[in-house]
Amino acid sequence: MTTVQEREIIADQFAEKMNEDELLNCMRCGFCLPHCPTYIESGLKESHSPRGRIALMKAVTDGLIEPDEDVERSLSLCLGCRACEPVCPSGVKYGHLLEEARDIIHQNKKHSLPVKAIRKAAFNGLFPHQERMQNMTSLLGFYQRSGLQYIARKTGVLSILPDNLATMEKVLPKVPKKSEMKNRPTELPAIGNPVKKVAFFSGCLMDTMFLDTNKATLKLLQLAGCEIVIPKAQACCGALHGHSGEKEGAKQLAKRNIEAFEADEVDYIITNAGGCGAFLIDYDHLLQDEPEWYERAIAFKNKMKDISEILVDLRFQEKVRLKLPSQSVTYQDSCHLRNVMKTSKAPRILLQSIEGIDFREMKDADRCCGSAGIYNIVESEMSMKILDSKMEHTKSTQADIVVTANPGCLLQMQLGIERENLSECTKAVHIVDLLLEAVVL
Amino acid sequence: MLTKQVKQQLLSIVGPENYDDSKVECLVYSYDATPGYQSMPNAVIKPGCTNEVAAIVKVCNEHKVPIIPRGSGTNLSGGTCPTEGGLVLLFNRMNSLIEIDEENLTATVQPGLITLDLISAVEKKGLFYPPDPSSMKISTIGGNINENSGGLRGLKYGVTRDYVIGLEVVLPNGDIIRTGGKLAKDVAGYDLTKLFVGSEGTLGIVTEAILKLIPIPETTKTMLALYHDLDAAAQSVAKIISNKIIPVTLEFLDRPTLIVVEDFAKIGLPTNVEAVLLIEQDGPPEVVERDMKRMADICLEEKAVSVEIAETELDAVALKTARRTALSALARLKPTTILEDATVPRSEIAKMVRAINEIATKHNVNICTFGHAGDGNLHPTCITDARDHDEMERVELAFADIFAVAIDLGGTITGEHGVGAMKAPYLEWKLKKEGIAAMKGIKQAFDPNNIMNPGKVFAKESRKRVVVSS
Repeated sequence: MTTVQEREIIADQFAEKMNEDELLNCMRCGFCLPHCPTYIESGLKESHSPRGRIALMKAVTDGLIEPDEDVERSLSLCLGCRACEPVCPSGVKYGHLLEEARDIIHQNKKHSLPVKAIRKAAFNGLFPHQERMQNMTSLLGFYQRSGLQYIARKTGVLSILPDNLATMEKVLPKVPKKSEMKNRPTELPAIGNPVKKVAFFSGCLMDTMFLDTNKATLKLLQLAGCEIVIPKAQACCGALHGHSGEKEGAKQLAKRNIEAFEADEVDYIITNAGGCGAFLIDYDHLLQDEPEWYERAIAFKNKMKDISEILVDLRFQEKVRLKLPSQSVTYQDSCHLRNVMKTSKAPRILLQSIEGIDFREMKDADRCCGSAGIYNIVESEMSMKILDSKMEHTKSTQADIVVTANPGCLLQMQLGIERENLSECTKAVHIVDLLLEAVVL
Repeated sequence: MLTKQVKQQLLSIVGPENYDDSKVECLVYSYDATPGYQSMPNAVIKPGCTNEVAAIVKVCNEHKVPIIPRGSGTNLSGGTCPTEGGLVLLFNRMNSLIEIDEENLTATVQPGLITLDLISAVEKKGLFYPPDPSSMKISTIGGNINENSGGLRGLKYGVTRDYVIGLEVVLPNGDIIRTGGKLAKDVAGYDLTKLFVGSEGTLGIVTEAILKLIPIPETTKTMLALYHDLDAAAQSVAKIISNKIIPVTLEFLDRPTLIVVEDFAKIGLPTNVEAVLLIEQDGPPEVVERDMKRMADICLEEKAVSVEIAETELDAVALKTARRTALSALARLKPTTILEDATVPRSEIAKMVRAINEIATKHNVNICTFGHAGDGNLHPTCITDARDHDEMERVELAFADIFAVAIDLGGTITGEHGVGAMKAPYLEWKLKKEGIAAMKGIKQAFDPNNIMNPGKVFAKESRKRVVVSS
């Protein structure tokens, strides 16, 4: 609930802060509509489409309507998958508009005490601190400690949550030992002739819960001829903050990362999580109003590359023999990897280079799986609708393996497999884990 | 505001989940794809069947509540903007492809069906539904029928009107009528089917349509002809037609349009030439081969720099898809894009292109031009900024001049986008007083209370035509 006073402040800030040119740039042709998962799953509601949301943001900016709960609802139901951006002929930067709008709303809204506590716990207390991330032994544990489960039960609003989390607990990867998480290398040599020097962005979740995937990534980079540095001073990318209306927190993390990665002269900065990569590559936008950081953000951004992109660039798949027992594989795009980092061909090239694999393109592989950061927890109902559609397409490929390129997508696809009782015959994996398994030395 | 009584009646027809009068829901149906038009409706309603539509219409007719039938809101003449408030009627729940009749070569559809979904479905059965407006990926058949939409294939295959052979319509008094049928011939009375096509929702509500299908052409070939001179491109168009070749598609794009489209689509469109023609022919392979060669020769004779044939089907589709984004891509240049669709006889296309350029210079406005050159239907598009009031006035004057020239060349003010709210003040230029009076008579007969999409087609006041000296 927002009070009248809060609404007035929010409306004023929309008028002051929203980029009017960008809002006007949407000429309402509607070309984005068929690509928006929430528009489709809501039964074609314009208020849950990119065009509708931009119209609402503009209407609040112009003072045509108040930023009431329905406006907030429309904006919070957006996945932020940004599938509307590559299909927008006018080139509207929807993601930036959404982030700004969410930031204004959240900064000026008095959250209820428990919600405030959780936001504080997660955004200030947890994600920026890698050692605390390490202390988090499982996702379920995190929800219990931060009090989210408490609220869900107490308010009943999120009554679907415990069920979902119970299933999610099943699909969580085997959490590494704390000592393993603590003793991470800071430098690794190339295997064979060094051809490039790269810095690795570890990611907060990837370097804890998905540590094995990070290890596999490093191994592949070494095999591809990369000398690797892993800057110790790096931090969480800030995507969770940015997408949840905590722009200041995101900026702090961005600055920490830019500094950390300036320390070494490298050709590229590599990520293996589409969600992180897309946020990292947008640091210049995040820091556009800070002249002393903007140029540095551009330099940082220009070095960003996803793991599959660099592997293909270095012709890894031609230099190293890749072979697996005969099986069928499909690929679910990570929205942010595809729509923001513009990487969609490289993962497919790599998968198709593995001997023994029958690659089957899934219908609408470029449509979001409904994971979207913490969306599958806070917007569970819509997320599960989207996941159910996704699983229909997954099933019709009859693939043994669903490959993803982002931890959130990986968990969500595993959740989908679990919900459909397919875990006997289908599994979801991160692309680097499959690639490393396929390497024939 | 709708009265409590009206709201209650509407709610009892569709149920609370299909009626919404919240500010947010009204706001997101306050616009279509036309710049400069926005007006809040009083409520939004989603009927599930024809009988519900009829019941809604009866309530509205009794209480004189405006009804604005709306597909996906992609129209370009302000036709679905609720300029006088009222009830926006959506067809999200009436979007079935009821039947494809392979014996009679027809499709029976509900109005909410997406155009491309229909096209794909019939193509799976070896059939063809030619009307392909640029917005076909999201536009609805109901919208296409009400606007009589054209598309890239109009030159050879005609427009939506040529494929609608039967309709179910709810009249403003709530009566349900059926017109036409699965018939190749039907002269039983006035041709109401064709009257409703293109009526812009001002005469009644289409609730079902029977569409004519044709066999799918055997092959298709696509090419680009490149020009250093706009005039030469326009001359080629006229010459192709006068040589008795009717290609499927004969599209024109000028350089600024090419640049923005390439910026978006990144398919390697030439951006260093002044204009291109996008040409496509379909049919039996030998005919396609012969026509393509003849058209290539004509283009080269008319000083085309080069002619490039798309090598694969994929390349051809990419070219056409890119062309469909032209209007939206132009919004990359400036926040506001105002386009027109003045149409002239094909033989006059070169004169029209020249006139557009002169008018742009005269009024000091930036006009990019693309469009269905083979149909004589160009889309001069003004790249401007709605916040610049001085420039907006000049844009208005420029378009008035363009309409005037088009009419003088034997053309019309709109070829396929409709009159809507945007061109209503100019309709009299084309129809004269008598023509408007005849049309108003028809409107009066069907909709005496003026509840159906009021404020569209007929303007409160016609614009005075200034005589252009040229």
